[in-house]
Amino acid sequence: MSKMHVKLNLNGEEVEGLAEPRTLLIHFLRENLKVTGPHIGCETSHCGACTVDIDGKSVKSCTVFVGQVNGKDVTTVEGLVNDDGSLGIIQEMFREHHGLQCGFCTPGMITRAHRLLQENPNPTEKDIRFGMAGNLCRCTGYQNIVKAIAASADMMNAQKEAAE
Amino acid sequence: MKDEVPTTEERVANLKGMGSSRKRVEDVRFTQGRGNYVDDIKLDGMLFGDFVRSPYAHARVTTIHTEEAMKVPGVLAVITAADLEPLGLHWMPTLAGDKQMVLADGKVLFQGQEVAFVVATDRYAAADGVEAVEVDYEELPVVVDPFKAMEPDAPVLREDLEGQTEGAHGPRRHHNHIFTWEQGDKDATEAVMAEADVVAEEMIYYHRTHPSPLETCGSVASMDKVTGKLTLWGTFQAPHAIRTVVSLISGIAEHNIRVISPDIGGGFGNKVGAYAGYVCSVVASIVTGKPVKWVEDRMENLMSTAFARDYWMQGKIAATKEGKITGLWCHTTADHGGFDACADPTKFPAGFMNICTGSYDIPTAYLAVDGVYTNKAPGGVAYRCSFRVTEAAYFIERMIEVLAIKLNMDAAELRRINFIKKEQFPYNSALGWEYDSGDYHTAWDKALNAVGYDDLRAEQAQQLEDFKAGKTRRLMGIGLTHFTEIVGAGPVKNCDILGLGMFDSCEIRIHPTGSAIARLGTISQGQGHATTFAQIIASEIGIPADDITLEEGDTDTAPYGLGTYGSRSTPVAGAATAMAGRKIKAKAQMIAAYLLEVHDDDVEFDVDRFVVKGAPERFKTMKEIAFAAYNQAIPGVEPGLEAVSYYDPPNMTYPFGAYICVLDIDVDTGEAEVRKFYALDDCGTRINPMIIEGQVHGGLTEALAIAMGQEIAYDEMGNNKSATLMDFFIPTSWETPNYETDHTTTPSPHHPIGAKGVGESPNVGGVPCFSNAVHDAFRPFGLTQSHMPHDHWRIWKTANGLGLHS
Ligand code: FES
Ligand code: FES
Repeated sequence: MSKMHVKLNLNGEEVEGLAEPRTLLIHFLRENLKVTGPHIGCETSHCGACTVDIDGKSVKSCTVFVGQVNGKDVTTVEGLVNDDGSLGIIQEMFREHHGLQCGFCTPGMITRAHRLLQENPNPTEKDIRFGMAGNLCRCTGYQNIVKAIAASADMMNAQKEAAE
Repeated sequence: MKDEVPTTEERVANLKGMGSSRKRVEDVRFTQGRGNYVDDIKLDGMLFGDFVRSPYAHARVTTIHTEEAMKVPGVLAVITAADLEPLGLHWMPTLAGDKQMVLADGKVLFQGQEVAFVVATDRYAAADGVEAVEVDYEELPVVVDPFKAMEPDAPVLREDLEGQTEGAHGPRRHHNHIFTWEQGDKDATEAVMAEADVVAEEMIYYHRTHPSPLETCGSVASMDKVTGKLTLWGTFQAPHAIRTVVSLISGIAEHNIRVISPDIGGGFGNKVGAYAGYVCSVVASIVTGKPVKWVEDRMENLMSTAFARDYWMQGKIAATKEGKITGLWCHTTADHGGFDACADPTKFPAGFMNICTGSYDIPTAYLAVDGVYTNKAPGGVAYRCSFRVTEAAYFIERMIEVLAIKLNMDAAELRRINFIKKEQFPYNSALGWEYDSGDYHTAWDKALNAVGYDDLRAEQAQQLEDFKAGKTRRLMGIGLTHFTEIVGAGPVKNCDILGLGMFDSCEIRIHPTGSAIARLGTISQGQGHATTFAQIIASEIGIPADDITLEEGDTDTAPYGLGTYGSRSTPVAGAATAMAGRKIKAKAQMIAAYLLEVHDDDVEFDVDRFVVKGAPERFKTMKEIAFAAYNQAIPGVEPGLEAVSYYDPPNMTYPFGAYICVLDIDVDTGEAEVRKFYALDDCGTRINPMIIEGQVHGGLTEALAIAMGQEIAYDEMGNNKSATLMDFFIPTSWETPNYETDHTTTPSPHHPIGAKGVGESPNVGGVPCFSNAVHDAFRPFGLTQSHMPHDHWRIWKTANGLGLHS
């Protein structure tokens, strides 16, 4: 099958590659670009392990063809690390509150939590539970994930306040 | 400058040893997407394999047409049983003493069975190749019901076994019969039943389900033709055992095989067995000379690898009028699917189902299990479970409730009067186990008090009255469970898998500057071994956990061990870790005594150093001792500081717990909402409370799934009706409740650090607890048993059947 030229802004950097038009974004990220943070748990849009951020929206990257993201901004969990290489707030809070075990759902969880907190900086527990319901975790029972996200919100808000 | 000398407490805290909620070292990688899971592995020239699978549950395979597939761009090979046969690899041994087709050899026995393996340059080309393979099938009659499978004229499923009257576990009495396993005293139990004041009888079904970790199974095989060495990465819960099995079935010498389990995205028993994909990736790599990756998709995972449970447990429980249990009888029909691929120790074809007397002092008991073939996927793995203990716990905890109904007694009280008493430990059960330690009454009372049990019952009575008066359509259920686990398999004298004794191992090397590396025979799948095992070492030898690297999963470097499942890592490898630490400590003591110029017996260990007895200002820290081990010639002591321990546990460990669940049921919609869940666990000595709590949360959520909706279901034609995450229930954050955790601590007397293991307890105890709560809500209306999973539809049907909708 002939290949198409794909160009996108990935975690702040212009990247490009050749892929068959039918290639799913998750495979393009993982196989072509070797960005293996986003994982594959189902390839049927149920588990959320492949969640990335496209132009400011959470998207399960197994549901889009690579052609659909041509020219767009894509953020993966790798892009949520601070510039100095230290863990970002959500990443740190997942560690602090034991919000992960096997770590397989974690990149999708953190990427989704990142967007959720952009959309709603002061979520209630219900908001978090509802907003994260597209991401499955088999290990943690979610309780500590919810805690980690609530703590991230607090910390981000405190940082914002301090900056103002 | 007195305050610069750290206090003992500060020195202890600095170690981050046992008992500390040390943050996990793994998380720094995982939270930024730097894990290294099997599907992340990419090697130069790597090919991708994919299976052609059977759409039928039972059919003859007459022809496989591969020509068109070979024309698909990128497809390099299509492997069938005929290609594997000359290598003797078309069948493989299962862990249960049976054998299993790697690729369909003349027929298929379940929907989704592997028929051909297409090897191509990438996963898309492989999928195209799979599409292009044409297979001619002749359909055969299908049996999905294990009772029908045992009827005289049932179709013969395993023609390869025809005429074989002796199986791996004794006589076979029917062509679809696998084994009968009997434990306890049949005649005595029947006599007790005949004479008892009260006998309650019930069929308890624990439905078929699946561990479905978020990462599916996969492997990457790379045969180096120059060195003759095979490297096999895979989702293996037991990498060393896999190496031995690969060597035995492929004929490749074991030293020429390196098996690596990289990061594993959850296991829960799914990744214990050997699968066709592993074998085919190896063969494909040998054939093509290139590395070959195989990763199953979710549908393949749910259809073909590792189902769990599917036990039909007919039970009778006898008691006095006052509620003292006098006997327990159980006959189980175990549906194993097309091949017996259970992962149990060899001598236990039904695993530890004989722990089914639970937490109770039951003097007489009898258990028989019949294993049966059907046209379903093989497996029968221990899904977050120590070899069928989940089935056993569900059985006894339901039978107790059924008995309570018969006696018209409160189920909490019935449990209390039958618990094994603290002073009875070590306790010998009627079915042959020696329980190591327990204090059930204390745990039970703590749990009942914590939830305000009497108040809950009063509230429930009020709600029932309101319901009857038409003021509410909701019923309240209170679920109780007291479970006893049996984990840490196990003593080599009676536990082996494929003849490999179930010991485990740890090797520790102390570096000259006082940091260390430890390697174990186990493999973490999310349990946080790199964090917790370092804590054991820190406490044992006084080196900060942060200075200890922990490695597992590479058979070229780690000592041999049987892997991680059945909550065995802490009981077995954890013990090996402590013992290896003690060997190092013993040598360190000699070095310290030499450096301090006193006799060995005149120094003693103190947190992170050896001190001269009675003169604590004279000491050598472990750091100093480590350096001395490498730079001093000490008479009679070899240089270096390292040790290895292979630990053969003297007994199993018996964690236990008391769980209470409160839920509200809407009788019109069948919805059940968990209002409260309290979980008290006693896993002996606690290594990392944060990780224990996390394990409990996760296990309870898997229990919630299983009890309330998760099921591998088949129709009459053997079609798997639950092979996607659309149909197979995995709870989201939305339907998962918050859990309250609690603990008591009853150390194991025979374990070097008293730890018992915890990973599976919440699943073992959680399932009966949720299920009992549903049953309890309907108890006033005469319900004694309704089968899981208690999804909305089934609960609605129960309510309807009890006349609650009229
Ligand atoms: S892999 Fe995309 S949602 Fe599961
Ligand atoms: S941490 Fe394992 S799936 Fe979430």
